[in-house]
Amino acid sequence: MSSATATHDGGSASAAGSSEAPNYLNHQKTIRSWLLTLDHKRIGVLYAVTLATVFLIAGLLAIAVRLELFMPGETIMSNDAYNQTFTMHGIMMVFLFIVPSIPAILGNFVLPMQLGAKDVAFPRLNLASWYVYMIGGALVVTALLVGSVDTGWTFYTPYSSSGSMSVLYMTLAIFIAGFSSIFTGINFIVTIHKMRAPGLTWNRLPLFVWGLYATSIVMVLATPVIGITMILLFLERLLQIGIFDPALGGDPILFQHFFWFYSHPAVYIMILPAFGIISELMTAFSRQRIFGYKAIALSSVAIALLGFLVWGHHMFVSGQSAISGIVFSLITYLIGIPSGIKIFNWVATMYKGSVWLQTPMLYALSFLFLFTIGGLTGIMVGVLAVDVHLHDTYYVVGHFHYVMMGGTVIALLGGMHYWWPKITGKMYNETLGKIGAILIFIGFNATFFPQLILGARGMPRRYATYVEEFTFLHQVSTISSLVLAAGLFLVLGYMVHSLFWGEKATSNPWGAATLEWTMATSPPDPHNFTRTPIVTRGPYDFHLADEVFGPRHVGDGAGDGATSEPALPRETEST
Amino acid sequence: MGNSNGTVWLPEGASTVASEIDWLFYFVTWTSLAIMLLVVGGLIYLAYTYRRRSADDAPQPIKESKLLEISWVVIPTILVLLVFTWGFQGYLKLTVAPPNAYEIQATAFSWGWSFDYPNGASSNNLHVPVDRPVKVNMSSEDVLHSLFIPAFRVKQDVLPDRYSSVWFEATREGEYHLFCSEYCGTQHAEMIATVHVHSQTDFNEWLADAAMDEDIPLPELGERLFGQQGCQQCHSIDGTSGIGPTMQGLYMNDRLLQSGETVTADENYLRQMIIEPTAQVVEGYPAGVMPSYARLSEREINALVAYIKELE
Repeated sequence: MSSATATHDGGSASAAGSSEAPNYLNHQKTIRSWLLTLDHKRIGVLYAVTLATVFLIAGLLAIAVRLELFMPGETIMSNDAYNQTFTMHGIMMVFLFIVPSIPAILGNFVLPMQLGAKDVAFPRLNLASWYVYMIGGALVVTALLVGSVDTGWTFYTPYSSSGSMSVLYMTLAIFIAGFSSIFTGINFIVTIHKMRAPGLTWNRLPLFVWGLYATSIVMVLATPVIGITMILLFLERLLQIGIFDPALGGDPILFQHFFWFYSHPAVYIMILPAFGIISELMTAFSRQRIFGYKAIALSSVAIALLGFLVWGHHMFVSGQSAISGIVFSLITYLIGIPSGIKIFNWVATMYKGSVWLQTPMLYALSFLFLFTIGGLTGIMVGVLAVDVHLHDTYYVVGHFHYVMMGGTVIALLGGMHYWWPKITGKMYNETLGKIGAILIFIGFNATFFPQLILGARGMPRRYATYVEEFTFLHQVSTISSLVLAAGLFLVLGYMVHSLFWGEKATSNPWGAATLEWTMATSPPDPHNFTRTPIVTRGPYDFHLADEVFGPRHVGDGAGDGATSEPALPRETEST
Repeated sequence: MGNSNGTVWLPEGASTVASEIDWLFYFVTWTSLAIMLLVVGGLIYLAYTYRRRSADDAPQPIKESKLLEISWVVIPTILVLLVFTWGFQGYLKLTVAPPNAYEIQATAFSWGWSFDYPNGASSNNLHVPVDRPVKVNMSSEDVLHSLFIPAFRVKQDVLPDRYSSVWFEATREGEYHLFCSEYCGTQHAEMIATVHVHSQTDFNEWLADAAMDEDIPLPELGERLFGQQGCQQCHSIDGTSGIGPTMQGLYMNDRLLQSGETVTADENYLRQMIIEPTAQVVEGYPAGVMPSYARLSEREINALVAYIKELE
């Protein structure tokens, strides 16, 4: 690591240096101890491995989609194979990857530590959520083996209620995986309310916690709706009850209302924790307080609530009434404002700070760039008259990839690099990290920006083939997607490499000021902290963080601004 | 196709609403670019100016500027309310067809289009007169489809058991793409038709020509219907196997059914399979893929049977 690390971490050298100190990774080593663990950190790692696998598979499917689109006509697969490929890409990425991603991996690992707690409120429920997720994942694989699902991830009726029966396995899988989300959401809400360390008031919560709190509200309130919708689809198919299928007297538009009533808030499930990560990165690597703490914290909650009132903007040309369209368009704009405020706040955070361009910060800056494009193209598709032209084209595909991948996945990557030393106790290679971040940034833009142009020029989405005039832009997009993939594989490579050969991480390599850095070793103790933290300042009050920077440095685990407090005797800590 | 030109972002517009929508699109694009430059400019400037010079940098917290915070709430709000209002006005224009519009009935099916004109003419590509408002009333025979004509900047979903409509007034003669933009299965990407915009005289001529069903011989009508109704999407006429069996040499051939029986493909068999496709499904092909074509007239069914009989 660079010299900055060493300077800011003098006090923790003893902890990091002593390999015999038990940590959560080495205090138990059996497979059984992993599979039955109640430790939020280990569950976070279980999720990390699982979700990385899902991301790899769904990502390879995306490459297959891009390769098929390299030329008009049949390139590498038939129409049916293509339709199944993009469907599986969508279902796996949305329901099995992005929705759980940040909360399940980093939320699980970091949230209790940022709160100064020993674990989440319900550790067994936490483990159960992983098993429920795995059952959902197994059902998706079953659906694949039993037959072909080619409905798109949106399952629009009546197409989904007339095709192959394997759709039933898929809907059941989503129903079950939904419970995993609900469990995590409840767990986080209770944990944040009840398990904050002494002195950790709501105004001192790190913004990642606020992001997870807002997400959890949406998870708990919205996920049941997709569950109910999937059950209705299931019942219609199995018992021939007419709900959505017009042939049975149902209404296909009703399905779209139900579906988007969940799936739009789900967009906020995906992006709100990402906002939280960006707040952490911008402050830690600017060493400056966040610009507008309350505006960012409360706008997350505002977005979470308003997010329930905009689902109809997916349906401007579906046949819903013009009045609905107008109301949904207006509310959509209201929700755009808080997101805009956040962007400006993050940029302003660097003002008179000390900006350190390490890999996590490169991801944060690339998030600001990509998410701004995602947001502005979102404003475009919210303009009613223009959306009529852009709806269901590649413009929308480009837009939501800028938000979901340029937003959530980039933030997740930034967060993984940031907390990697804490999670694994190892440093990744910083040079390769920077190369990877830049490759991904370039590859991403060159893949998805041409898609915005394609869409505006009239290329409809979900097309296995296309008319000649779109060939050039599709080829640019396909070639660039390989650059993007190369960047992601590079990250996978040096991350795995660092597990075995990486430099040992110190407890606070970035000089951050939240509890998981100031109070815990890397990797942390099985119980997170060796004494209960006492919080006397805000999460980004770097000028008060004497235990990180100040002359009165008293060593690792001294506490978050607790240097003026009498140290608690070790015996009193709860076990 | 006439719509391969246009600007970098948009194909050349060919309807009365296009210029307004394009203007709005570019207003949002240029405003977005300005905001983007502001954000990226600020980002690069701040990241460079305040780059870390020493590991011991200890910046003091800065007081937030209320003026700045208020301005970046108020200015974007004004901007989005502005584009909302314009978008909403344009949307009303797109939603309400002029009362004097020429009406065409469209039927979407997997995977094709059938357009019926007031004089009884029917086609699978859309023919419209230039400089005259046209309203297309649409319904679907099976799943959701969506009619999308990029050059006209219009799109509307097509639903089973319910009518929806779209209107436009073409301003330039030529040929334009008509896409299905709501995912509908295997051949979704090939559910493409062409919009032919004719001068009023040419249109009338075409219309009269297309309506001459009554006078043409059955096999010829059958050949035309075979294309119009989308039969060729699944059934080849050259012996290759598609989603459905080929029609070549089908007549009087022995067919092995899924039930294990064998029937001879005589006229009655062909007729029944058009009206009731699930009744006697041939071994090796899935049941329930082909929709019923019972909506065709008696003469049209006779024509199809006559055409298939000729495919030796």
